[in-house]
This record gives sequence, structure tokens and C-alpha cells, in this order.
Amino acid sequence: MMGMNMPQWGVWAMALGLGVFLVMLFSSVRRHHGVHRSLFSWPYSLWMIVFTVIPLFLVAYYAFTNKAGQFTMENFANFWDSNREMKMQLSGMGFDPAAMGMGARGTVNVDTLVYSLWMAFLCTIICFAVGYPAALFMADRDFKLGPILIVLFIIPMWMNFLLRTIAWMSLLEDNGLINTLLQQFGFKKLKLMYNSEAVLLGMVYNYLPFMVFPIYNALSRQDKKLSEAAMDLGANKVRTFARVTFPLSLPGIVSGITMVFMPSVTTFFIPRVLGGGNTEMFGDLIERTFLTADNWNVGSALSLIMMLLILLSITLLRKVDPEGEGGSLL
Amino acid sequence: MKKILSLFLVLLMAVSLVPMAAAEGVVNVFNWEDYISEDALKMFEEETGIKVNYMRFTTNEDMMVQVRTSTGAFDVVFPSDYTVERMIAEDLLEPINFDNVPNAQHTAQWLQNPSYDPQNQYSVPYMWGTVGILYDTTRVNGSIDSWSVLFGEEYKGEVFMLDSIRDTMGLALKYLGYSMNTRDPAALQAATDLLIKQKQDGIVKAYQVDETKDKMIAGEAILGVVWSGDAQYAINLNENLAYAVPKEGSNVWVDAMVIPKTARNKENAEKFIDFMSRPDIAQMNCEYIEYSSPNTAAIELMGEEYTNNPNLNPPQEVIDTCEFFNDINDFLPIYNTLWAQVKNAK
Repeated sequence: MMGMNMPQWGVWAMALGLGVFLVMLFSSVRRHHGVHRSLFSWPYSLWMIVFTVIPLFLVAYYAFTNKAGQFTMENFANFWDSNREMKMQLSGMGFDPAAMGMGARGTVNVDTLVYSLWMAFLCTIICFAVGYPAALFMADRDFKLGPILIVLFIIPMWMNFLLRTIAWMSLLEDNGLINTLLQQFGFKKLKLMYNSEAVLLGMVYNYLPFMVFPIYNALSRQDKKLSEAAMDLGANKVRTFARVTFPLSLPGIVSGITMVFMPSVTTFFIPRVLGGGNTEMFGDLIERTFLTADNWNVGSALSLIMMLLILLSITLLRKVDPEGEGGSLL
Repeated sequence: MKKILSLFLVLLMAVSLVPMAAAEGVVNVFNWEDYISEDALKMFEEETGIKVNYMRFTTNEDMMVQVRTSTGAFDVVFPSDYTVERMIAEDLLEPINFDNVPNAQHTAQWLQNPSYDPQNQYSVPYMWGTVGILYDTTRVNGSIDSWSVLFGEEYKGEVFMLDSIRDTMGLALKYLGYSMNTRDPAALQAATDLLIKQKQDGIVKAYQVDETKDKMIAGEAILGVVWSGDAQYAINLNENLAYAVPKEGSNVWVDAMVIPKTARNKENAEKFIDFMSRPDIAQMNCEYIEYSSPNTAAIELMGEEYTNNPNLNPPQEVIDTCEFFNDINDFLPIYNTLWAQVKNAK
């Protein structure tokens, strides 16, 4: 699916961006009489302009215009009441949608957003609860298997995430591996798939490494002398952990939370595969609004709201880790 | 500076030339995923010397966007009935010169002058089929002949529905006694309420499209709403499965071959359509993808194996209960809004 019904000016903006870029590139070459160090940053700048900055403007453009290209705030009103356009259209046709009970269930978009945030929150909490002790273990220098475990964590990531998620299906299905085994041993089959819990499992499975690695990095970088000093000064193990090890790993935690929370909120595809399409997350909603409903304006408004929420949550997180030592993405 | 500017302009012009690179002796075909015999394509290239550029799509809606915006990229496209109607309304199609497509005469009588192309000017049917229920004969009680089995408590948690707006809203409408193409808001609301209740009662196991046939083969659910070709595919691999078109009626659909107005190789497109309508080629395709053939001569070639199979060759009284999808045009957003309520009901 290519974004080909973008407005004409979008194409021109891209061409213009490219043109300005080329002109500046050549003048830079002339100014420095050849290759200058700054030249190495050009490919990345070009990439950013063409594939990030201009598309962002396009999303904003669609979000604030209607199908005729005029400025409007309606797309956000349509986000709030998902039945709004339908009610207006039916009224225009001479029907009374309220009398027909067609005004009900207008909170589809808001509900989906709340559900996505809730799922992302749960996913982040679980990833942290599982990931922190794991990282603590692996970062312990007395634990010789640590580096091997880290490699084992990385290896599954060499495989595409779609494949890994589909693989879970054959485990969780009613006639899948787990249920077949349960039956063999005389237990009752469990309903493991086609529900929110399965979606959460898929999310935790996919995003756990993003929690473990930053925390592992932060912990293994720690100077061991610090905790030794704390012990020498009379702190017991719990106190050492609470006052020295944990606070020093905060940057890693912040980075881990960011890197799990962000993709979690925008998760799509997993609900379709493991949840059997019974629930939609915000990512699915955006996809459906663009592709099936063919409504780029409301779709863009949804995307913009999503981006703002993510930006907000990251800003809040940055307050905990102002120096960004955890090396988060923004 | 001038040099740089002219270089930039040359670059711009070069970019705009790319889509025009269609030379003679080529036909650009845009068809559904996994929907043709590769051998038939090879034979066409060998016999005519025309090279086939074969491209695939997964939904009518995606395809429409591409045809609307990629001028001249496609010479033959395979839309479904209601999309043909939409494309005619949007003036996207070129009338076919039937003198160049003599094999179109094999099209079954009931598919000539269909409702989506009443003058029979723009399209030649390629395949057709129905929507119905695929079921596990070892686990159902009594006969499956009504949509009602999808809405009762008997098969709670054992039903796969189609994650497809027109099909699923359509069957709910049909079950309630309305047309699948209704423009009556009260009917649409009733269908939505029915589907939401079905979901809230825990009857639906999953909403999916392509996964259903494989999962039904594996015995993952007792009932699944499928297209007839998928049903035949599943039955071939699991003899416990059977397929029924419910008595309330269902959807009968046609995928047709059309030529976009912007096609650059219209003659080759007509040759391609004619070739695909040739009885032996229509037979090859039909036996490969296992949907129903609109080609009477091909059906004759396939003989009893085809005609005795009610999934491929449903009796006329079944077809009579079924409806084509029409282009619902301005009502589509309303269907979309209501479908969103179903998908997000908890």
C-alpha cells in the first residue's frame, strides 16, 4: 500500500525537500573544496527529511483537513464520538438516528485507546517484574552463565517478530502443543488463545528483551566497588540493593520502560493473531481506518493523538532520568 | 549553481518517466493472491510471445486505490462484482471489444449481463463462488442448513467468523430477512446488535480471513464462515468437513476480468482475457484454485467430477436464494462505523 493519494503538494514538498538538500550538499562540497567531515551526516539527514519530517507534516495536514482539503477540527470530534459522521449523514438523509438507537456505542475510538494504554501498562509492568531480576542475575559477575544467557536472549530476535508470534499460535491453540500435552496427562484443555491474556503474553514475549538489555547494561557498567563499599560500611544485602544498586540502575529502567511502553501502545497484528481479532488495539484501529474505511483524515488524527500521548509519557519519564544516561530513543 | 539546478531538473524528469516504461509485447496483470495457475501464465507467454508482468493484491479496496492512482500500471485487473460496479461508476474502466474476445461466448447464461455490468460491456467473469458454513461433521448435531447455528448457544466458543465487513454484516442481514445490500438504517442496526450479542455471548472464537481454512482442517473449531473455494480446499484435506450454503440465502460473488481506462496495452489485455476464457485454460485455473467456473465449455471438459460437486456447482435453487453484493457507495462509511462497534464490543 503506497501513499499515492497524497495531495499534489505533498509530492512537490518531497521533490522540493530533495532539491534543497541537493543544492545544499553541492554548495557544501564547493565551500569545503571537497570532502568535509560533515559530509558523513548527509545521508542520515536526507533520510530524516524525506522519510520522517515530511511524512510527519503530511500526517498533520490530513489530521486538520477534510476530504476536500479545507481546514477542520472535525477529525478530532470524530475521534471522540465514533458515530458522529454516521449520525450526521443519516440526519442529512432524513432519518432520525437517535430514535433508531444509532447513537449508542460511540466510544469505539476512545475505548480502544484506553484499552491499548491499559494493555501497554500491564505489559510494561510484567516486563519489568520479569526483566529486572533476570538482568540482575545476568549482570552478576559471579554468575558465569550470564553472557551465554544474554546471547540466548538475542538469538530469537534474529527471527522476524511476525514469525515468532505465529509460532505461539501452534503452542496455544485448542489443539496446540500445550493442550495436547495436557490431554495426554489427563488434564482438561485450557482456553489459552483468542483472548486478551494471549495478546498480553505475545506482547510481553516480544518486548521483554527491550526491558532486559538496557537494565543489564546499566547494571553491568556499575562499579562493583560501590556495593562492596556499602557492605563494608555495614549495609546488609537488601539495603545495599535499595540504596546503591537500584538507584544506579534507574537510567536503564527508564530506558527499558520507554522502549517497552512505546511499541506496546502501538501494537498491532498480535491481537489479530493471538487474540483472534476479538479485540482491537490502537494500531489495528489506525490500520483499519486507513485501509478498510479509507478515511485518511480521521486515521491521521488518530495517529497524531497517539504520537502526542507517547511524547507526553516520554517527557514524564525523562523527569526521572534528566541526563538520558539510559540512552533512550529521544 | 545553474549546473546543479539543471541536474536536479533532469533528475525530476527521469523520475517521472519511470512508470511509462511499458513497451510493446507486455501485459500488466493485477490479480488476487494465489488465484491463477502458473502454468496457464507460462502457456500464454509461449503461445503469444507477450510477456506477463504479474502483480498481486489482497483486497478490492487496496486494488482500487492502486488503479485510481497508478496511471497506466495495469492492463488487466480482477475485481469482484461490486467493485466492478464501483469502477464503472467512477469511469475507471475501458469497454472491452468482444470481437477480440471470442471465448467470452462460453460464459454461463446467468452471468451474462449481470447486475454489476448490466450492458455486459466492461467485464468477463473469471471465477465465482458462494459464502457459507464449513463444519466438522463429527461434532455437529443435526444438519447445518441455517445461519441460526452461528447465533445460538449450542456451538458457543466454536465459531470462526469472517473478518470482512460486507460478508459478515451481509450474513447477519440475510439471517434477519433483509437484503445484503440494504440501505435501511434500522436493518443495519439490527444486524449490528445481532453480531454484538453473538460476540458478547462468547459464541465467536475468532474473526479471521485466511487462517480459517487451515484451522478448520486442524479441527480448531466446529463452524467456520468461509468462501466456497476455501471450503473445497479444506474438505480435500480433511474428509470430516462439509460445506453448506444456509437456506436463508447468502452471497454469490463473481470475480471478473476488466481493463482499466488507463491501460497502455489494451490489445494484449484483450488477448489475455480471451486466453483465460479458453475452455482448456479456464479448466486449468478452476482445477488449480477450486472455485466455481463461469465457463460452460470448461465445465463440460471437467465432467462429472465438477458437476456432481455441489460446493463447486451449487444447484440453481441455492443460487436463487443468494444475492450479489451491490456497490453500496455512500452507505459504506455507515457499514464501516457499525462494524467498528462489533469489532470493539466487549
